[in-house]
Amino acid sequence: MSLVTSTIGQGLLWGILALGLYLSFRILNFPDMTVEGTFPFGAAVCVAALVRGVDPAIATLLSFIAGLGTGLVTGLLYTKGKIPILLAGILTMTGVYSVNLRILGKANVGLLNHATLLNAKFLTKLPANFPTIVVGLIFAICIVILLALFLNTDLGQAFIATGDNEKMARSLGINTDNMKILGLMVSNGLIGLSGGLLAQNGGYADVNMGIGTMVIGLAAIIIGEVVYGKNLSLSARLVAVVVGSILYRLVLLLVLQLGFSTNDFKLISAIILALCLMLPLFQKKFHIHKIWKRGIEKP
Amino acid sequence: MSTLLDLKNITTTVNAGTKEEKKILKNINLQLADGDFVTLLGTNGAGKSTLLNIINGSLFPSEGHVILDKEDLTAWSEVKRAKYISQVFQDPKMGTAPRMTVAENLLLATKRGKRRGLRMRGLDKHLAEFKEITAKLPNGLSERLDTFVGNLSGGQRQTLSFLMATIKKPKLLLLDEHTAALDPNTSHQLLELTNQVVQKDHLTCVMITHQLKDALKYGNRIVILNNGKIVLDVRGKEKNKLTEKAILQYFTD
Repeated sequence: MSLVTSTIGQGLLWGILALGLYLSFRILNFPDMTVEGTFPFGAAVCVAALVRGVDPAIATLLSFIAGLGTGLVTGLLYTKGKIPILLAGILTMTGVYSVNLRILGKANVGLLNHATLLNAKFLTKLPANFPTIVVGLIFAICIVILLALFLNTDLGQAFIATGDNEKMARSLGINTDNMKILGLMVSNGLIGLSGGLLAQNGGYADVNMGIGTMVIGLAAIIIGEVVYGKNLSLSARLVAVVVGSILYRLVLLLVLQLGFSTNDFKLISAIILALCLMLPLFQKKFHIHKIWKRGIEKP
Repeated sequence: MSTLLDLKNITTTVNAGTKEEKKILKNINLQLADGDFVTLLGTNGAGKSTLLNIINGSLFPSEGHVILDKEDLTAWSEVKRAKYISQVFQDPKMGTAPRMTVAENLLLATKRGKRRGLRMRGLDKHLAEFKEITAKLPNGLSERLDTFVGNLSGGQRQTLSFLMATIKKPKLLLLDEHTAALDPNTSHQLLELTNQVVQKDHLTCVMITHQLKDALKYGNRIVILNNGKIVLDVRGKEKNKLTEKAILQYFTD
C-alpha cells in the first residue's frame, strides 16, 4: 500500500513536468529538449537554496524562475537566433549542465535534515507519503486551473493559434515570436518547478537526474490521451495529462513488482512510450476497436 | 476618389550580388483608389504573388515605398500591417487553425491587429453574432460553429478563411487565388460571396486569379503583370470592353 501511495504522490509531481511539456510538445508542436536541462536545473537551484537555509517556499519559487530562464534562452536562440528548435533546446540543455555543477559544487547534493515544503509543520501529522500527495495535489490543481484560465484568455488563444497555424496567426497580427518565447518560458518554468519539488521529495539533487525526463513527460501525455481519447476540451486534457502521469508511475511500479530492477527503468520507459505511440497503428491493424465494440454489443 | 494604396517605384531583387541575381518586380508604380476591386493577372513567375507579399509585409522591397492611407508602411512587419490589411491564401489550410473550432477561429479574427492581453476571450458573448453571420453563407457553417476546423471540407474552410479576413473590416483585402483549390461549384459560390461582401462593405481589394472569365466578370479594374512590369491597367468602361482574347496578348514570356 505504501508503495502505491508513494507512487501516486510522485505521479502528481511528475504531472507538473508533463503539464509543462504539454505546452511545448502538444500546443506549440515543439520537440523541446531543454526539458532535460531544466529539470535538474530546477532541482539544483532549489536544493542549493535549501542547503543555504532559504525558506522552502522561496526555494520552490526559485526553481520555477530557473525554468523560466532556460525557457527564455531556448526561445531567444530559436526565434531571434534562427537556430532550429531541436538544436536550440540541446544547446541550452548542454550548457545548463555546467551551470548545475557550479550551483551544486559537486554532482550530487543531499538535503539531509533541511526543512523542505514536504516536511512543513501542518504536513507532519499525516501518514507516510501523504505529504507528497497533498503538496502534489495542491500544485497540480492550482496549475491546471491557472493554465485552463490562461488558455481561455485572448493571449492564451493567440498562443494556441501560434502553435496551430503560424502563418495564419501572423496574418491576424499575432506576434508569433513572442508567443513562442512565452510558451517555452512557462513550459520550462513548470518543468523547473517539478524538478524542485521532486528534489525535495527525493531528498537530493543530481546533475544527471534530467536524463530521460523528456520520455517520462511524453509518456504521461500520451497515456492520458490513450485513456481519455482525443476529443476532450483543453481543460479536460490538462487533467488527463496529470492522470496519465500517475498511471505511468503505476505501470512502472507494476513492472518493478514483476522483478525488474530500477536500473531497467529507462529502457522500460522508452518501451512503454514507443508502444503507446504505436497504439493507433495496432488498433487499425488488429481492429481492436471492432473487437471492443462487439464485446459491448453482444455480451 | 482618394488614393488608398500607393506603391512607389517598387523593385525587388533576389540573390543580389550573385550570378543568380534576378529582378522579380521592376519599378512598379500602382495606385489603388478607395473602393477599387482589382483583379491581378499574369503568367506564373510574373510577380503577382511577390507583389501581394510586398503589400502584406511578408516580403520587403529592395527599393520603393508602400503607402497605405497616407501612412508609410514600408518598414512595418506583417504582424503590424495586419491591423489594416487582411488576406485569404490559396491553400484552404493556410488561413485557419485546424485544432480550434470554427467559433474560436472567428473570435481570433475579430481581434485582428488588436492587443491580446489577459482578458478572458468571451466566446459566449459572440456566439449569437457568429451564428447570424454564418447563417447567411452557403455551406452550412452556422451548424458547425463547435466543430474543429480540421474536420471541415476545403470549401467550408476557405469560406471560413474569407469570413475571417472580412469579419473585422480591413482597409485592404488581398486574395491570392483564393478559389483555385476548390471545385467549380464551390469556387463560383465563394467568388459570388466575395463580390457581394466587397460591394456591400465598400472594401478595397486586390484579387489574383488565373481564370480570365472571373477577371472580366468581377472587379472594376484589371491589372496585368508580365515579367515584373505592369503591362496593362484599365478600369471601368475600358475594362468592360476587354475580351479574353485581348487579354491573352499581354501574356508573353
